[in-house]
Amino acid sequence: MAYKGKRINPDKFEVGQLKIIAIILPLVIFMALPIIFIANHAFKPMDELFAFPPTFFVKKPTLENFTKLVKFSRTSGVPLSRYIFNSTIVTVLTVGLSLFFTTCAAFALSKIKFKGRNMMIQINQLALMFVATAVLIPRYLVICNLGLIDNTLAHVLPLVAYPVALFLVKQFVEQVPDSLIEAAYMDGATDFQVYRKIIIPMIKPAIATAAILVFQQVWTNMETSNYYINDDSMKTLTFYMNSLVNANNTVSGQGMAAAASLILFVPNLVLFIILQNSVMNTMANSGIK
Amino acid sequence: MSEQATNNKAVLKPNKIAKRNNNKNGYLFVAPYALVFMIFILIPVLLAVILSFTNFNAIEFPTWVGFLNYITLITSDEVFMQYVLPNTVVYAVVVGIGGYILSFILAWALCNLPKLPRTVFALILYSPSMTTGVAMTVLWKVIFSGDQTGLLNSWLMSLGVITDPIVWLVNTNFLLPIVIIIGLWSSMGIGFLSMIAGILNSDESLYEAAAIDGVHNRFQEMIYITIPQMKPQMLFAAVMAIVNAFQNGLISTLLTGNPSPGYAAQLIVNHIEDYGFQRYEMGYAAAVSVVLLLIVQLFSKAANGLLTEKDEF
Repeated sequence: MAYKGKRINPDKFEVGQLKIIAIILPLVIFMALPIIFIANHAFKPMDELFAFPPTFFVKKPTLENFTKLVKFSRTSGVPLSRYIFNSTIVTVLTVGLSLFFTTCAAFALSKIKFKGRNMMIQINQLALMFVATAVLIPRYLVICNLGLIDNTLAHVLPLVAYPVALFLVKQFVEQVPDSLIEAAYMDGATDFQVYRKIIIPMIKPAIATAAILVFQQVWTNMETSNYYINDDSMKTLTFYMNSLVNANNTVSGQGMAAAASLILFVPNLVLFIILQNSVMNTMANSGIK
Repeated sequence: MSEQATNNKAVLKPNKIAKRNNNKNGYLFVAPYALVFMIFILIPVLLAVILSFTNFNAIEFPTWVGFLNYITLITSDEVFMQYVLPNTVVYAVVVGIGGYILSFILAWALCNLPKLPRTVFALILYSPSMTTGVAMTVLWKVIFSGDQTGLLNSWLMSLGVITDPIVWLVNTNFLLPIVIIIGLWSSMGIGFLSMIAGILNSDESLYEAAAIDGVHNRFQEMIYITIPQMKPQMLFAAVMAIVNAFQNGLISTLLTGNPSPGYAAQLIVNHIEDYGFQRYEMGYAAAVSVVLLLIVQLFSKAANGLLTEKDEF
């Protein structure tokens, strides 16, 4: 049988694919195990958490751990709902601001001509390699000097400018045909109208991707709560969950902590599943040339 | 008909974009992003560089010390030279390069599957990267728990590999490997997705042409057709892998505290936190930060050299 080539992205199942599945399936299972475990652990009743030898799967699922989590937070002075509220506000603000700023900048950097544009693109490309933890200290000093300590904005602003998101959105805006934009200008549209009426509707997949990326950054971020916020009632869910894990390193605490982990993880997963088509669409233009 | 009319108009009247070569509105659109970028990325980086030449304890005004911090780092920081640097190199090589190769192989394998299984597998492989340390601390604590109730200990004991439980998170022999495994586990991130998209979007006609020209197995196809076509995506993924490999210090801090027992899993990021926020030697920590940023830059340059085509004519 002659080799035909073109096996990438097959339409239907072929026997030859079994080989590939056989190779990657063990790895896929290995990667999935920890997450399956945490999902099971979160629903285990007390006797299963204490069980010896330890069990992997839950036998009699219960919501006990979740109710305990809510009760426990009542005793610690700041109710769980407060942390959920904080996290929601911070996440919505950050993602919203970031998307607006990023799409505006992406539009300008790929479709408007002005001096210094190429330099800005270069700087952002360089900033893809930015390691945020490396500048923890100077960032702290900046936030101190701006008077943002114990301010909600200290959660938000440091994460608004995300070079990877701008890079991906910019790559996508470049795919919008110039003729379309020119036609709009011809009809008397202003720059902002072009941005609003043409660019935004055409780059929805990239916006979805940027939203997911920024969401992941802010939703699980602990740095801001750790270093920029002293007031406990201003901190986020992630911080609370983590302090819970550290404070209750007992078997009964484990169940609560597993429940907490699940609460943190599930929004990420759901968002990604909903938007995965858009993400793959965007990543097709992710190359650095 | 109307389409033609627009085309004609476009030819007759030069469009606004072209006419206004220096459209000041561009600055207006970039300004919000640029401002935040400057305040929270650019200025902190510059500040780190400046602080690295000072002695600063976060209370008194910094005093200029020249290159002293860098000299100390290279000549007399035993912890850095003995533990932090070797650990970081090992971690970066295994998680950075290893994770990169693994994610390419996996991406390639997935692209040989139809859409549904591919999407499901990709989702499973990607999801660990969403957990970013914090969310999953408890998970690792349960798995690597030091007594016989720990999942790994219990499994190994029932398999007869070990007779006594191993105190995983204190034993200095196991700390770094554990941190590396967790790092690898969560390394199939956005770069991995980029590679899948890159492979899927490669030009199909080339595969047929190559088959005629004598490419006769999948490995050759991968080397000669797929990779050259997706170099831009490979570069993006490489940059993401490098950043990920050097940024990840949270795992060991969360599992074992900072510094980790015997500095066994101390990475460069942990060293920065140790000096900056525990000893308040901010100037020194800044010097380590600058070194970290330079290392990342250097590695990315290397990736850039490897993956961009300069030899084309």
